[in-house]
Amino acid sequence: MHPIRKQRLQMVILLVVAASAIVGLMMYMIGQNANYFYTPWQITNGEAPQSVNIRAGGMVVDNSVVRSPDSLDVRFKVTDGRAVLEVHYGGILPDLFAEGEAAIASGQLDQNLVLQATEVLAKHDENYTPPEVAEAMNQAHQQKQREELAQ
Amino acid sequence: MASSKGWTWFYRLGSPRWFYETTGRWLPWLGAVTLLLISIGLVWGLGFAPQDAKQGNSFRIIYLHVPVSFLALAGYYLMAIAGAIGLVWRMKLSYVVMKSAAPIGAALTFLALFTGAIWGKPTWGTYWVWDARITSMLILLFLYLGVLALQYAFHSQEAGSKAGAILALVGTINIPIIYKSVDWWYTLHQPATIKLTSAPSMHPDMFQPLLVMIAALYCFYALALILFTRAEILRRERDATWVRDLALQAESSRENE
Repeated sequence: MHPIRKQRLQMVILLVVAASAIVGLMMYMIGQNANYFYTPWQITNGEAPQSVNIRAGGMVVDNSVVRSPDSLDVRFKVTDGRAVLEVHYGGILPDLFAEGEAAIASGQLDQNLVLQATEVLAKHDENYTPPEVAEAMNQAHQQKQREELAQ
Repeated sequence: MASSKGWTWFYRLGSPRWFYETTGRWLPWLGAVTLLLISIGLVWGLGFAPQDAKQGNSFRIIYLHVPVSFLALAGYYLMAIAGAIGLVWRMKLSYVVMKSAAPIGAALTFLALFTGAIWGKPTWGTYWVWDARITSMLILLFLYLGVLALQYAFHSQEAGSKAGAILALVGTINIPIIYKSVDWWYTLHQPATIKLTSAPSMHPDMFQPLLVMIAALYCFYALALILFTRAEILRRERDATWVRDLALQAESSRENE
C-alpha cells in the first residue's frame, strides 16, 4: 500500500478507536442508572428516592392483582425474585398485562414504599409460539408437576 | 511494482463507468428476485404463519420491523466503510455509495421506529418510551440525517464527502450499542429473538417467513443502493463523454419510436 494511503488508513482507524473509547467511558460513567430504573430489592433497601419520578418493575406476582369494583384503581405486586414491591395504579392496563408476566411501572414512592404509578407498561419476552404449541407446552408442564407431586 | 498489480481489480471497482455498466445488467434480475421474495415473505408471514399465543395477530409486524431494523444497522456499516475507503484511497465511487446509503438508511431507521411504535401501543401500552434501545435507534436516525446534511453543507463536494465520512465513522460506535442495549440495560424492549450463538426463540412456522423477509430486505437494500448510486453517478459525471453518449443514445431511441 502507498505510504500516504497507509497513513490515512491509520488516521481512520485511530478516529474510530478514539470515538469508541470516549463513548465507552461516558457510558461506563452513566452506568445502570441511565434508565432511572429500580428493582423491588433496591427499593426495599431504601436505594430509591421518594417523591421523585422513578421506574420500577419485575414479574407480576400470581394472585396479587386486586381491582377496585367501582373505579379503574388497581393494586398489584411485582417481584424480582428477592423482594416484593406493591404498586397502586388508576388507569387502563395494557392488553399484555397479566400475572406471571413482566411489567414496568413509573411513578413516585410514598412513605410506605408503595409505588403510586402514573403509567404501567407490559414487557413481553422474545419468545414467539403459536397458541396450540403454547397450550401443549402448558399441559406438558402441568403433567410433569402432577407426576412430581405423585412421587 | 508487483504489489500494485494486485490492487488493479480494486481500482477498477472504483470506476463509476464500470459500476454503471455492470450494475445495469444486474438490475432486472435483482428487481425480480426482490419482488418475488417480498411477495412470498409478506403473504406467508401476514397470511399463513400462526398467530402468537400471547400477542395474537399484532406480533405479525415483526415481519417488517425486524428485517427493516437489520438493514438500518447493516447499512450504517456499509456507509461508514464506504466513507473510510473514500478517505484512504480517494476513490470517487466510494463517496457516491456513502452518499446514496444515507437516505436509504434514514428511511429504514424511520420505518423501524415507526413500526416499533405501532407494535408498542397494543403490547406495551405506549407508542414511545425513552428506553436504551429506542433512544439509540433515534440517535442512529440523526446520524444518518447528519451524514446526509453534511454532503450539502460545504461548497465543494470533496469537503462535504470528507466531513460526512468522518461523522459516519465516529457514529459506528452506536451500532454495537444499539445491538447490545437490550442486554446492557433493563429496557422495555425485549432481547433479541434471533441469536448468533443459539437457536432462535421462535417457533419454526413463524421463523421461516421471517428469514424470507430478511433475505428480501437485503435484496431490496442492494437494489435501492444501486439505483441511488447510478443516479448520483450520472449527476456527477454529467460532463464525461460516456454519459453524454448515453444521453444521446436515449434521445435518438426516443425519436425513433
